[in-house]
Amino acid sequence: MLQIENLSGGYGDKKIVDRISFGVEKGRMLGILGPNGSGKSTLMKLISGVLEPTSGVVRVEGRPLGDFPAKELARKMAVLPQLHAHAFSHTVRETVSLGRYPHQSGWFSSWSAEDEAAVQEAMKLMDISQYESTLLEEMSGGEQQRVFVAQALAQNAAVLLLDEPTNHLDINHQKELLDTIKKQAIEKELTVVSIFHDINLASMYCDELLLMDAGRVVRKGEPHEVVRAHDVESVYQTRVSNHPHPELPKPQITLLPGVRRKTAGQQVKAEDFLVTPEFVAYQSQLPLKTVSSAVVNAGSGWFRNFLNRRVDASYNIDNSFEEMVEYIEGSGLKATDTVAMMTAVRTEHAIVREYAGDFGSIVVAVTAGVGNGVDVSQAVAREQRVGTINTWIMVNGMLSDEAFIQAMITATEAKTKALQHEEVIDPLTGTIATGTSTDSCLVAATQQGEALPYAGPITEVGKLIGTGVFECTVEAIQLYREAKKA
Amino acid sequence: MNKPALAYLVSLILLGGAVVLGVTVGTVPISPAIIWNPSLDEAAANILWNIRMPRVVLAGLVGAALAIAGAAFQGLLKNPLADPYTLGVSSGAAVGAVMTLFFGISIPFLGLFTLPVISMIGALITMLTVMGFARLVDRSMKMETVILTGIIFSSFLGSIMSLMIALTGEELRQIIGWLLGSVSMRGWPYVQMVLPFVLIGSFVLWLYRRELNAMLFGEERAQHLGVDVKRSKMAILIGGSVLTGSAVAVSGTIGFVGLVVPHMTRLVWGSDHRHVLPLSFINGAALLIVCDLVARTIISPTELPIGVITAFIGAPVFAFIFFRQRRGGL
Repeated sequence: MLQIENLSGGYGDKKIVDRISFGVEKGRMLGILGPNGSGKSTLMKLISGVLEPTSGVVRVEGRPLGDFPAKELARKMAVLPQLHAHAFSHTVRETVSLGRYPHQSGWFSSWSAEDEAAVQEAMKLMDISQYESTLLEEMSGGEQQRVFVAQALAQNAAVLLLDEPTNHLDINHQKELLDTIKKQAIEKELTVVSIFHDINLASMYCDELLLMDAGRVVRKGEPHEVVRAHDVESVYQTRVSNHPHPELPKPQITLLPGVRRKTAGQQVKAEDFLVTPEFVAYQSQLPLKTVSSAVVNAGSGWFRNFLNRRVDASYNIDNSFEEMVEYIEGSGLKATDTVAMMTAVRTEHAIVREYAGDFGSIVVAVTAGVGNGVDVSQAVAREQRVGTINTWIMVNGMLSDEAFIQAMITATEAKTKALQHEEVIDPLTGTIATGTSTDSCLVAATQQGEALPYAGPITEVGKLIGTGVFECTVEAIQLYREAKKA
Repeated sequence: MNKPALAYLVSLILLGGAVVLGVTVGTVPISPAIIWNPSLDEAAANILWNIRMPRVVLAGLVGAALAIAGAAFQGLLKNPLADPYTLGVSSGAAVGAVMTLFFGISIPFLGLFTLPVISMIGALITMLTVMGFARLVDRSMKMETVILTGIIFSSFLGSIMSLMIALTGEELRQIIGWLLGSVSMRGWPYVQMVLPFVLIGSFVLWLYRRELNAMLFGEERAQHLGVDVKRSKMAILIGGSVLTGSAVAVSGTIGFVGLVVPHMTRLVWGSDHRHVLPLSFINGAALLIVCDLVARTIISPTELPIGVITAFIGAPVFAFIFFRQRRGGL
């Protein structure tokens, strides 16, 4: 639909865009990324024909741009510019109606039903119908932006060029606007080329991306080929990290700020754990990066407070989350800064122990009860009951994503070995249990000190986790059994 | 009744009222009935049709021409302070007119039309030069830059005119009165002289009403919307120069009509050029007829130059628009 071949150009003698080539197929959305001054807007002006290229050609439906008379081009290609101030007042309707200019001809051309329908639809799509007779200058920057998008949509062109369409918009309107444009691209086979400042938005909405630097294309392709930490870092001269989008198969990036967080020489120590008949708790000065299967704030995140609370065996687990949040807030902590689990085991029997290695140390805390041991290899229908083996591993070190997962695996293997050692039996199957029905595990790290890329069983930290979890779990089971006997 | 229809009705009523007032009020009051029935009073009818009516029609044409040209210049430059007078275009036209008289230029075949045609050429050259210079100073052509350039050029052109007048001695002294703007003692030949140009110029501008709407959002935006910017710009410049040149050729430099009328029209009826242009035309005519009426009656029997009256109204409006543009945000 749109072909850019070897396009160069700029202002005066200054070449800003240097031999750029790419194509966009009908109904596709292409995002142009690049730092300030990389030539994005100049490229846009060359494509829209406002600037004459010094070499190269832009083709729309195979025809060179220069072959189109101004009006015919405007029927093929609509452009959304960056917002400007205006000296005169216009109503929203007047502004959007101008989008129909290329469809009118003759001395007395009248407003046709088609013109009216296109204007009404564009205003509806941008959700500005209710402002029809409002003056533009009385609207916020975001609303004005939507008016100009509506103007471009009213042109009913097959190609839409956008220069930072989400400027001035809040996140809801950014989403709404791009959803609308994406929908138009899919339903009406609109071809969209858009400049983006926000790499994540571009990755989410575009089929293809173009990363520019100093007037040249650095990378081109699907988002997963372009939004890569390495390239983004070198082009934007900043530190970023990749992570997946939670819902879409599109890569995202996160900025890594130049300001490092405080390194207050924080260490997790066993003696700082608070062990009472009501709960096991640890409060950290600085947030710890945590991965867990807790009740409150499971998954990954950064938290300061860690709580393993004892509940009665008859605790109603149906709305355990709300109840736990209330409990946390009631004890003066912020639920958003707290990872909380629950257990029916006596928490005063928790085993908390510190293990030191070359890199630093880890603290393991376990509460165990084996009343409902389960052999996971035997699939038998079971009732769900309150969890009984809760394992915490706090690492004084910097764990990679892999290390977090390996630490989990290592801890689980050690726990299973402990159950085998203690000959815990699954009462339903009569075989050795591998765990209980609702065990929880938590791995937290200070993310300071030595970098620990791996935490498998042959690494230093893996060994500590293995022995630590095994020893603590064995001891906790023994304490539990003694308490049962007594 | 919808808004544009109401706007035209109100404007036409105002114009009609201005015409009736213009032909009936004066040192010799004349009953409006004479307009329809000249036989009531032959002498009065003679004054009305041969002295007052041409004067009123001429004032109307000049007012209409200046107002619609002002509206077009404002749209083209996105500058609410632009008008033939503030841009220096009127001075350019006046230099053309004075030169024609000074050198006794007469172009064959043009005859009577030599004066307005040379004025138009003067207007067009001045307009192009002012725009070129303003762009050279400041690529974004800020409001103040353009007006300041207009002042520079009109001062310079004014000095050239003064020189030419001084060199001619007594015979062109009358030009000084004419320079301040006047439509008195012109008669029907002058009406014939400007009428075709006013109609052609206004028609050209009206053809570009939609392009003007688009260009209010900037030349780049207008191009995106499919406007042939170069051609439209040239057509509007020529149309505006034709109007200014013909108006100046018959009445001298009358300031601020092109500023006040489009501004008031936009304020009341909105800034859509499809209506701003014709409405400015009608209201410009009405305003100048009334101004001329005031000029010749206020200190009767002495006549004030009409430019004095328009400047008296126009300068404060200019100040007000300037204030609002600078302090009003956008």
